[in-house]
Amino acid sequence: MDIGPNLVLALLEGLVSAAVLALTALGLSLVFGVMRIVNVAHGEFFMLGALLAWWFASLVPASPALGFLLALVLSPLAVGAVALLCERTVLKRVNYDPEATIVATIGLLYIFQQLGLSFFGPVARPVPPPVSFRIELPWYGWSGYKLVVVAASAALVLGVWLVLTRTRLGLVMRATQHDRETAQAFAIPVDRVYAIVFALGAMLAAVAAVLIVPIRQAHYLMGLDPLLFSFIVVIIGGLGSILGTLVAALIVGLSDGIVSVFFSPTLAKILATLMVALVLVVRPQGLFGEAAR
Amino acid sequence: MSRIGLAPALQRYPWLADRAVLVHAGVLAALLVAQLVASEYAILSLTRVMVLAVYAVGYNLLFGYAGLLSLGHAMFFAAGLYGAGLAAEHLALGAPAAFLAGIGAGLVLSALAGLVVLRTSGVGFMIVTLMFAQAAYLTLLYLAPITRGQDGFALKGDIRRVLLPGGLSLDLTNPAAGYNLALALLAVAVLGCLALVRSPFGRVLVAIRENEERTRLLGYDTWANKLIAFVVSGTVAAAAGAAYALLFANVGAELASIQYSILPLLWVLLGGAGTVLGPLLGTLLMFYLVDVASGQTHAYMLVVGAALLVLVVWFPKGLLGTLRERMVPWLP
Repeated sequence: MDIGPNLVLALLEGLVSAAVLALTALGLSLVFGVMRIVNVAHGEFFMLGALLAWWFASLVPASPALGFLLALVLSPLAVGAVALLCERTVLKRVNYDPEATIVATIGLLYIFQQLGLSFFGPVARPVPPPVSFRIELPWYGWSGYKLVVVAASAALVLGVWLVLTRTRLGLVMRATQHDRETAQAFAIPVDRVYAIVFALGAMLAAVAAVLIVPIRQAHYLMGLDPLLFSFIVVIIGGLGSILGTLVAALIVGLSDGIVSVFFSPTLAKILATLMVALVLVVRPQGLFGEAAR
Repeated sequence: MSRIGLAPALQRYPWLADRAVLVHAGVLAALLVAQLVASEYAILSLTRVMVLAVYAVGYNLLFGYAGLLSLGHAMFFAAGLYGAGLAAEHLALGAPAAFLAGIGAGLVLSALAGLVVLRTSGVGFMIVTLMFAQAAYLTLLYLAPITRGQDGFALKGDIRRVLLPGGLSLDLTNPAAGYNLALALLAVAVLGCLALVRSPFGRVLVAIRENEERTRLLGYDTWANKLIAFVVSGTVAAAAGAAYALLFANVGAELASIQYSILPLLWVLLGGAGTVLGPLLGTLLMFYLVDVASGQTHAYMLVVGAALLVLVVWFPKGLLGTLRERMVPWLP
C-alpha cells in the first residue's frame, strides 16, 4: 500500500483512540477539577468496566446486540457503585489530601487488579461487537462498529458538557470547582457533590471501556495504558480544563494512531510522554490550563 | 564514675556521645553480627533487603525530607541496573567500573529528569514522574536488541570476580561476600543520609517540605535545593540498582516497571517517612510480609494494596514516625 491509504487508516484508528481517550480523560479531568485530587485507580475503573462488560454480555450469548446494550447500561452503573463505595470509605477518610489520596488510590489500583485477576482470570476476554457492517474503502474494509464508537463517544462528551453547563447539577459542580468554601457557605452539599463527581468520573471510564471492548479484549492488566494516556491528555490540555482535555485527546489520539501505524505502538507511547515534557517546558500549566494559584 | 575516664575520648570524638549516631551504628553492627547466626536462606534474603533498603533510603531523602512524592523512582533504579549491567555485558567492564557506570547513569538521568519535572509541583510532580518512569520502561522494551526487552539478561560469572591489589580476588557470587558488600553500601547510605539530614542542607529540605513559600521568602533558593535533593535521591537509587545488577546478576525490565516505583513509597511509608532508619525497617518488614503472604495465597497484589490503604488511612506516620512522635523525639 502507498502512504495515502495508510495515512487514512492511521487517522481512522487514531480517531477511535481519541474518542475513547476523550471519555476516559474527561472522567479524570472532572474529578481533578472539582475535587482537586488525582485518581490513580482511574484506569482500573476502565478495566473493571471492560471485564464486567464481558460478563454481562456473556449472560446473553444468543444476541450480541442485546448483550452489549445490557453491558453498556449495567457495567458503568456497577463501576459507579464501586467508586462511590471507595469514595465514602477511603477518600473521605483521608480528607481528600492530595498526597494521601494518590497513595490510597494506588492501593485501590492493586486491590482492583487482584480482584480482576481472581474473578476473571489471566486470559483476555472478547466481547462480540453489537453491529457487524463493514465500510468498504477503495483499499480495504473498515469495521463499521468503530464509527459507532466515535459517534457514541462524541454524543456522551456532548452530554457531559450539557450537564455541566445547562443543569442544576452542573452548576453546583462548577460552583464547587470554583470555590469549595463559598459553595459550602451557599448551602451546596459539597460532600454529596464530591461523591457524585467521583462516581461520575469512574462511570465515564467504564463507558469508554465498554465501547472499546469489542475492538480490544478485556484483561485485568488493561488499565495502565488508559491511565497513562489520560494523564498525558489532562497535562497537555491543562489540569481541570474540559475543553483542553478534548483538544488534547484529539491531538494525542491521532498522533498515537499515526505513529502506531507507521512505526510501533511502543514508540507512540514514548513520544506521547515526551510531548508532555515539551509542554511542561514551554507552558507548565498546559495548553488550556490557568496558571497555578 | 566511668564518664570521667571517657571524657578525653569524648572530647576528641564528640559523636561517641551522640545517641543518634550510636543507634544507627548499633543497627548496622547488629546486621554485621546477624550473618554469624543467620541461615543461608536468610543471608540471601537479607542481602536483597539491604540493597532494596538503599533504594528506599534514596527515595526517602526526596519524599520524607524534601516532601516531594515521586512515583517514578524506578527509572533511576533501572538507570543504575542497566548502566552497570550493560557496561558489564557490552563493554566488558569489571564489576567496580560497571558499578560506577551505573551510578553515573543515574546521576545524569536524575539531573536531566529533575530539570523538567521540577517545573511542576504537587500532583503534577507525581503524575509527571510516573509518566517519565513509564516512558523509560517502554524505552527499555523498545531497545530490545540491546536490553533484551522483557526477559532481560544475566551477568556472566567472570565479570563478577573482582581482582584486588595484592593478588587477592573477591567473588560476588559468594553469598557472604555479597552480604557484606550490601551491608557496606547500606552503611554508607544510612550514615550519609544521617549526616545529610542533620546538615544545613537537610534543614532547608525539611523547611521546604513544611512551607516552601516561606523558605523562599527567607532567601533560600528552593528550586536549587530541590534539584540537588532530586539528584542525590536518584543517584542513591541508581547505586542500589547497580549493586542489584552486580550482586544478583539479574538485569530485567520488570525492575523498571511502575511496581518498582510504588514499592519504595510503600517501604518508606511503613517504616516512617522522614526517619533515617524507617526505609530499612519498612523494607525488611514488607519483604517478610510478602514472603509469608505468598506462601499462603497468590494474592500478592492484594497485600501490597491493602498495606498502602491501611497505612495512609490509619497510620500515615509509619512505625518510626509514630515512635518518634510518642517516645523518642530525638530520633533523626
